[in-house]
Amino acid sequence: MRKSFIAQNPSVLTFLLCLAAFTLGVSLLAEGFGVGLISTSFVKTLGKTLCLCLVAIAMDLIWGYCGILSLGHFAFFGLGGYMVGMWLMYARTEIIVERSLAQGVIPPTPQEVVDGIGSQIFGVVGSSEFPVIWMFSDSLTLQLLLVLLVPGLLALVFGWLAFRSRVTGVYLSILTQAMTLALALYLFQNDSGLRGNNGLSGLQNLPGVTAPQSAISLWFFWASALALALGYLLSAWVISGKFGSVIRGIRDNEARVRFLGYPVESFKLMLFTLTAMIAAIAGALYYPQAGIINPAEIAPIASIYLAVWVAIGGRGRLYGAVLGAAFVSLVSTWFTGGQAPDINLGFYTLQWVDWWQVILGLSFVLVTLFAPKGIGGLFDLLKRGDKA
Amino acid sequence: MTHSLRIAYRQSRALIACGLLALSLLCLGQPLAAQELGPLQQVLQQDADLIVKSSRTSIGPVIDRIVASGLPVVPAFLSAWQDKNIWQREADGLFFIATEGEGRSYALTDLDSGSEVGTAQKDALSQLKPNSGVRGLIATALVQFQLSDPIRANREAALTAIERRPAQELLAPLRASIASEPDAVLMARKLRLERLLTIGYGADPAERVAAITQMSTDLGVDVRAALNPLVSTSLKVATDLPVDVNVARRLVPGTDIDRLQAYDMLVAADLAPARRSSSDMKSLLAEHVEGGTVGGVALARLSNPEARIIAYAALVQEGKVPALVSDEDIDAALGAHVFFETYAEPSPEVTDAARAALQSIATRVDLNQALDLGLDAISLASIYFLAAIGLAITFGLMGVINMAHGEFIMMGAYTGYVVQQVIPNHTLSILVAIPLAFAVTFAAGVAMERLVIRHLYNRPLETLLATFGISIALQQLAKNIFGTQARPLTAPAWLDGALVMNDVVAISYIRIAIFVLALIFLGFFLFLMKRTRLGLETRAVTQNPRMAAAMGINPGRVNMLTFGLGSGIAGIAGVAIGLYAKVTSELGADYIVQSFMTVVVGGVGNIWGALLGATMIGTLQKGIEWLNPSNTLAAQTYMIIFIIIFIQFRPRGIIALKGRAAGD
Amino acid sequence: MSQMNTLLEVSGVSVSFDGFKAINNLSFQIGPAELRAVIGPNGAGKTTFMDIVTGKTRPDEGRVLFGEKSISLLSMSEAQIAQAGVGRKFQKPTVFEDQSVRENLMMALKAPRSWWSVLTFRTEKTHVARVSELAEEVGLLDQRDRIAGELSHGQKQWLEIGMLLAQEPRLLLVDEPAAGMTPEEREHTTDLLVEAAKTRAVVVVEHDMEFVRRLNCKVTVLHEGSVLAEGGLDHVTADPQVIDVYLGR
Repeated sequence: MRKSFIAQNPSVLTFLLCLAAFTLGVSLLAEGFGVGLISTSFVKTLGKTLCLCLVAIAMDLIWGYCGILSLGHFAFFGLGGYMVGMWLMYARTEIIVERSLAQGVIPPTPQEVVDGIGSQIFGVVGSSEFPVIWMFSDSLTLQLLLVLLVPGLLALVFGWLAFRSRVTGVYLSILTQAMTLALALYLFQNDSGLRGNNGLSGLQNLPGVTAPQSAISLWFFWASALALALGYLLSAWVISGKFGSVIRGIRDNEARVRFLGYPVESFKLMLFTLTAMIAAIAGALYYPQAGIINPAEIAPIASIYLAVWVAIGGRGRLYGAVLGAAFVSLVSTWFTGGQAPDINLGFYTLQWVDWWQVILGLSFVLVTLFAPKGIGGLFDLLKRGDKA
Repeated sequence: MTHSLRIAYRQSRALIACGLLALSLLCLGQPLAAQELGPLQQVLQQDADLIVKSSRTSIGPVIDRIVASGLPVVPAFLSAWQDKNIWQREADGLFFIATEGEGRSYALTDLDSGSEVGTAQKDALSQLKPNSGVRGLIATALVQFQLSDPIRANREAALTAIERRPAQELLAPLRASIASEPDAVLMARKLRLERLLTIGYGADPAERVAAITQMSTDLGVDVRAALNPLVSTSLKVATDLPVDVNVARRLVPGTDIDRLQAYDMLVAADLAPARRSSSDMKSLLAEHVEGGTVGGVALARLSNPEARIIAYAALVQEGKVPALVSDEDIDAALGAHVFFETYAEPSPEVTDAARAALQSIATRVDLNQALDLGLDAISLASIYFLAAIGLAITFGLMGVINMAHGEFIMMGAYTGYVVQQVIPNHTLSILVAIPLAFAVTFAAGVAMERLVIRHLYNRPLETLLATFGISIALQQLAKNIFGTQARPLTAPAWLDGALVMNDVVAISYIRIAIFVLALIFLGFFLFLMKRTRLGLETRAVTQNPRMAAAMGINPGRVNMLTFGLGSGIAGIAGVAIGLYAKVTSELGADYIVQSFMTVVVGGVGNIWGALLGATMIGTLQKGIEWLNPSNTLAAQTYMIIFIIIFIQFRPRGIIALKGRAAGD
Repeated sequence: MSQMNTLLEVSGVSVSFDGFKAINNLSFQIGPAELRAVIGPNGAGKTTFMDIVTGKTRPDEGRVLFGEKSISLLSMSEAQIAQAGVGRKFQKPTVFEDQSVRENLMMALKAPRSWWSVLTFRTEKTHVARVSELAEEVGLLDQRDRIAGELSHGQKQWLEIGMLLAQEPRLLLVDEPAAGMTPEEREHTTDLLVEAAKTRAVVVVEHDMEFVRRLNCKVTVLHEGSVLAEGGLDHVTADPQVIDVYLGR
């Protein structure tokens, strides 16, 4: 059946081939391979973009296909980043602390090492004790498991509460936004156990790995590309066939699906949790490339931008989400990074850093009004052109 | 020899000359003193040396003697002295009030008569410069005069001075001045102050206990300030409990006080040998490394804490390091001593009464704090209500979700700011700003409805996204125009300050104004919906747009006006919120989630619901802040979690539309 | 007679919205293979009656029992009631307009409904055959691959009936199936319902007397939330009370 699934969805194969070609091209031109046409920092930008594409796919599944405009998926993304960040920070600090303690005449006791790590990590928030939530941070395996479990569990509990009480539409959107805000505010506190607004930093260094950043950046780029490919395949499989029919049915007429005998709530819950986990994986790959994560990343605005990407790319089709996320995030980086040349109007110098946000906001309005299918809609026009 | 004799002769001649000079001076001065020296000058001359070389330790009796003279000019002299206006004429040692004239000459004023008696060059004078300690004593002496000063302001100033710096010696003069006080207000203050001073400095314990009991229902901060020093304790350690001190309680190590902390007290008091911390132990071990081992234990094994103890024990055996203090040692040391808290105040009656009084005050303070919290909650609820009322119209009535609502609030606040730049008068500028803010945001709302929202009716999620796009653009636009720093929107002077009920309960006038504004809006909204044509048409269009259209109502126009109205109210709310918080481009974004929560919790489509929702959220937030006052971020987190759970039980809000009208 | 021949038994059910009694002590029974028409003026409570049976509205009092084991429907969710064998067709045709006729039917096809079984569902030949069979039954065989949104009003109604049949319900609740149909389409719809009622219970709510007459079945007249009259069409139309309700006032 798997064969026919790919055969039924030629766009999946096209996408995977494009992604493979892109990955290969970037790898060959990257600094890590000695050519150096693409700088290490740009490899990181591209790798991060792939992660954003993955979380956009998750968003597209839950919003474009199931009609739940979640303004909380970037929170799951951030949580994934935090989970992997805890291990990275612990392991890296452990190496530093052990090295510095080894300078002493007397070898350190395990407790001294742990205390040293604690005061290194939590010194900024005036503490040196490890909070309970860091209990697994010394184990990569467990912490990677938490990448899936923590956001998954949060999504499960929140979704169960929300769907059970039949909160739908904009109410659900507002509720998810409130959840995101609550989480961000919680993380902003110094006693949250995750270093308050300092966040976790130094994540770009892989503990115990001496390879240069140019190589590490490529590894993460490949991992991101692989994750995106797998995420795309999984999503394409989920939305094909009867399950896809049912969730699109839920989007278009929830009550009708219910009268067909489908337990709508459990479908939504399952998809909400699944997409939260996909978002978390994307985040877990993103933040080691970004190097730092702090609660501001989780602020409600980020989740709304996620919706913006998917809408501009064209929701209800997976490649649309990927296109939107890649296009908007790259263009945003370009405009807000100060690389774009300012425009001198004679009486006023238009600075892109200041005006990009305005243009993005307004173009978003225009897309919603005039091109609800987004960039993906262009493909439909092309197809129609072919047929004619 | 002859040489020395010659010197002796010269000296004696000089001495005689001096004596003659002194005699002649005395002859000149004697009749002056007898006939013209005023009574105060006489008193001063007796202690002239002490006055000139005044010091805190010696000046007390002098001041007492000056005051005891009972002369009417004493207060004037004391204040001139305190202000460093008293100068001594070097020629005759007399004291004058000197005022700087032209050149280096000073006009001299006689202390007793108050009349000018001539001038003198600065060289011929020396200024009395009492140091701060002396000035303090002078001030204290002055107080009793000021307390009975005929000018009311001076008496008031004296009282304030005592309140600020209560002292034992002020009690008697204060009491003396009470009977003659003509002003009722000052009389009350004096009586109250007398009680407070009695608490601290009353002569016998009974008198003080009486004063304490009398004040034990008073919420004033000054009462607590007078009582707290009485019950302050200090932690002490001794071998036996002393009998001559007022002991607050005994502390049992391990239950009332941490064992190690208690032991460290013993160490600090030199009653026990110091403990070795693990880091002390580590550095001592490091000092005694011999050929890769310490105390016979290999270095590599010292990562094990037990191995370290063994190695250290070996070093102790060799006598190289001091012995470890074991747990048994600590217990023994603790057992041999008593730990206790003592009051600085020696009288147990007084401390007991003070404790009881503080207890009863604390209970009353708690009650009043609850009241204060209630007022705080109401004012926060008013702000949320103001922020949400526009939403209750656009979201509640029309079902249009407007994420740019917060930015309309921000636009209103910035309108207020701009108006204040043009009209400096704050009262007038606010009066202009309110209608102008309404006009600006009304226009913005109408424009948005016509250009965007109209095309998206019945597509709520798209509306949410499009209005969010507008929200991003407006926020950034505000940043581009006004910059990122906060802009002030100043309230008129008559809104400054607070309505103070007592030292615990106070509510600022701005908050009262916002509360009143919220009430006005509620009334306005009800009037508009129930009594006007627009309200009727709005309700008609809300309930059945097709039917309304068939009845000749233009739904497009009604929607436009309703939306404009909701936006306009957001603008006015913006002016109000701007008065209370700083105006930034993120002002609206800070309120938008709470506003939506208010509407959702209250129940969509009902103004009373918005009111209840705002009250609930405001109360809740203040309540949580009260439980965990250090952390307002956590308060918001818990509040949102509570709301998510609340929606489980009332998915349609507090006031829910029931039946078929609610739709599905 | 009562237990053996009753599929659905509604007794003493009342429900009110904000003081307005939409259903007032309503009692209703239908056998396992029976066609029944429910008529009544506007506001008689026809739609609310269906809402109660399908679990959309909870009554204030009364019992709703279903099947041989007389399970109570009142404690079940909409999805559970549907799985138990109650199908419902809405007044407005509600099909999934974004999806093809085939997908619509496939979704409705009787099969395990949990998310896991749906996710791992594999389309077998029997499923395809059954979908074709249903499409043929409702006259949409050659429209199978069209998007449902492109169908005509009548075709959508049939598709919805086809979806109901695909669910293989034991009780079919049909709300105004003939509204907005051409005479030929009505005839086809009548045939479909009569055919369906041979193997299951079918309740048709209808305004159109002509359509009801063609169904040729027992008729229940609702008025102000309770049963006014029951029997053959000629019998009830002769009832003075019914005439009063329909023609009077």
